[in-house]
Amino acid sequence: MTTVHRYDAVIVGAGGAGLRAALEVAQATPRVAVVSKLYPIRSHTGTAQGGIGAALGNMEEDHWEWHMFDTVKGSDYLADQDAVEIMCQEAIACVYELEHWGLPFDRTPEGKIAQRRFGGHTRNFGEAPVRRACHAADRTGHMILQTLYQQCIKHEVQFFNEFHVLDLLLEDNICRGIVALSLADGELHVFHAKAVLFATGGFGRMYKVTSNARSLTGDGVAIALRRGIPLEDMEFFQFHPTGIYKLGILISEAARGEGGILRNRQGERFMERYAPTLLDLAPRDIISRCMYMEIREGRGIEGKDYLHLDLTHLGREVIEKKLPDITDFARTYLGIDPVREPIPVQPTAHYAMGGIPTDVHGRVIRDEKNTPVLGFYAAGECACVSVHGANRLGTNSLVDILVFGKLAGRHMAEYIRGADFAPLPKDADGPAREECERLLTSNGAESVARLRETLQREMMDKAAVFRTREGLEAMLATLKELKDRYRRIRLQDKGKIFNTDLQEALELGYLLDLAEVTVVSALARRESRGAHYREDFPKRDDAQWLKHTLAYRLNGEYELRYKPVVITRFQPVERKY
Amino acid sequence: MRVLMKIKRFNPERDRAPYWAEYEVEVEPVDRVLDALEYVKWHLDGTLTFRRSCAHGICGSDAMLINGRNRLACKVLVKDLGSPITVEPLRGFPVVKDLVVDMEGFFAKYRAIKPYLINDELPPETERRQSPEERARFDDTTKCILCGACTTACPSFWANGEYIGPAAIVNAHRFIFDSRDRGAAERLAILNTRLGVWRCRTIFNCVEACPRGIDVTRAIAEVKRALLFSGT
Repeated sequence: MTTVHRYDAVIVGAGGAGLRAALEVAQATPRVAVVSKLYPIRSHTGTAQGGIGAALGNMEEDHWEWHMFDTVKGSDYLADQDAVEIMCQEAIACVYELEHWGLPFDRTPEGKIAQRRFGGHTRNFGEAPVRRACHAADRTGHMILQTLYQQCIKHEVQFFNEFHVLDLLLEDNICRGIVALSLADGELHVFHAKAVLFATGGFGRMYKVTSNARSLTGDGVAIALRRGIPLEDMEFFQFHPTGIYKLGILISEAARGEGGILRNRQGERFMERYAPTLLDLAPRDIISRCMYMEIREGRGIEGKDYLHLDLTHLGREVIEKKLPDITDFARTYLGIDPVREPIPVQPTAHYAMGGIPTDVHGRVIRDEKNTPVLGFYAAGECACVSVHGANRLGTNSLVDILVFGKLAGRHMAEYIRGADFAPLPKDADGPAREECERLLTSNGAESVARLRETLQREMMDKAAVFRTREGLEAMLATLKELKDRYRRIRLQDKGKIFNTDLQEALELGYLLDLAEVTVVSALARRESRGAHYREDFPKRDDAQWLKHTLAYRLNGEYELRYKPVVITRFQPVERKY
Repeated sequence: MRVLMKIKRFNPERDRAPYWAEYEVEVEPVDRVLDALEYVKWHLDGTLTFRRSCAHGICGSDAMLINGRNRLACKVLVKDLGSPITVEPLRGFPVVKDLVVDMEGFFAKYRAIKPYLINDELPPETERRQSPEERARFDDTTKCILCGACTTACPSFWANGEYIGPAAIVNAHRFIFDSRDRGAAERLAILNTRLGVWRCRTIFNCVEACPRGIDVTRAIAEVKRALLFSGT
């Protein structure tokens, strides 16, 4: 039996963006529910390490205009500058707000919030690194997630834990709610709502080596695509330079912010050759590419596909006090003491710049004219405002979730006041029920795990840091085959209670769709910009490609449209660091 | 290397009682126990059920009893255990299915200690000031990831499931000793009961179980001391 709930607002996802939005909506109405496939505080915001960027100027002069310039330049000029301006201004208030809610930031000797250096963040429009990242050791995200959840407890926000979203109820351009599967008992629930916010996070699990949690399978993004919403800038996927070799576990950029150095097999600080001003604190897209170039030229450690992150000169005190968690990771997973030995690292799939297109109020937009979908919002990594453009700067994901979680929540609260419940579609849970039934009864011979392994391996090989037409076309063919085989899977668990076999099958379906949009968008963009590097088109081409991609799927076919980039203060120039 | 996994299983839709299932898995020595569990799920038996998410010890999803000790499956390497490896659900919580336990009661206790900053004074326009020494005072207990390993390793909790448990006390400590908080008296009153902090018998199981290295027993002792010297 399907249960029907009624809430003014339903928020899908309990990471930073979802919880921040929930707190904002909760000020206007008590009828707000957070639906998450995880338990609270398990969300991936909790793994963010190094810090949140805000021009507080606590340790040296800083201005939000500098933060804005860095963000725009870091984005390779693809970010919408009106949105970046709002983000960098609001970041300051958002950090103070977290502090007032009890977030235990590290402190300066005067008792102010402590700040550290981070990649691509500079003073005076690119002169030198600046201390802008506010931090709580190297578990800043953990503290943000906990603080937001604590406030949700205080404000009695209602949670539906371990509810997996399956469908978005959208008719005549009006959002009417969602359908979700309760993992505990396998029952479907319809959430009838005036407004829905997707804050479902990223989809790094489409790649083999990734910093992303098992749960980051792009559920909300894929559901939006299936319901006719275009996806923006999906060709831009960030690889973080320092994942632990083979495991992909993140070693925060804070390690380089505190003075860590990348070295090749000769012990050379190779970033001196590529980015003479910012060196190891150049933006992530650039460093990841340089690392692969070093590896290709045989300068990987022992000739293999990894390099060294050297912290040994920092001393035990700095390493253990300022970077305790990553020290623990190195000791636990590698048996290495970073005080004495360098850490083997390789680029790891980290962050989707693209996603569900929204305006600065978090409203999902459906076309290149920015027409909003009524009552449907998105924020955080699943959304594309776009403040990160073609490459996100470190710390800005935390800024994004707080600022746009808050703004989306504020707009939702306003919208709810003036809107009625639009009627539910007939047979609201029908499509979700059919999808589950189809997966549970599918009687082929294919295994979800094997299909997923192939997807991850092939995407890593053909659609990661370096891309070519040949590779992307081959990937499209592979995806067609994988999607065909996906129709012939067989699950072993046919039960109702906590069926993670079914859940993994649903998630693979989402990943296959999102990998396809990524490749289709990447194939079309015949230039190199930010994280999207085409070996066959190695130059940025502003005349042709200074525009956002909008990828639609209609009856299984993709249609690409484009919309202009908003440029206000900073004209595109060549990007040098 | 080949490892024998002995996993305690229970599916309420199918089984009348829990039973031990054995699986031979092929793993790398540096693989985590989580990798071995995933090997079983992905290659041998898709019905095996467990929680996991971040896979590097931060999200707190995969606490379980591994070779008789509460550990995060993603923070123990196979090579450090050898073979066989026994895996059971956390003790003292109702089993939902296989290694998945019902944590609602655990989170209810967390919520009971008012785990949020209590301070009604108007904050300044910028940050509240706090010295590095004041900040260090409660640093250890900010590390908690609410995985449940400490509470379910505690004999006092096994003996009486109503005991508020070390995890809730740790989180109370995090606020009681925060110089910005004004709710210490409220929280201490909640903990000053037979099923509160006084049920701790200083057995230190929680310290051994904590995957974040929190000195849990010390935190509990500091809360007890605060009670003794607060006159409540």
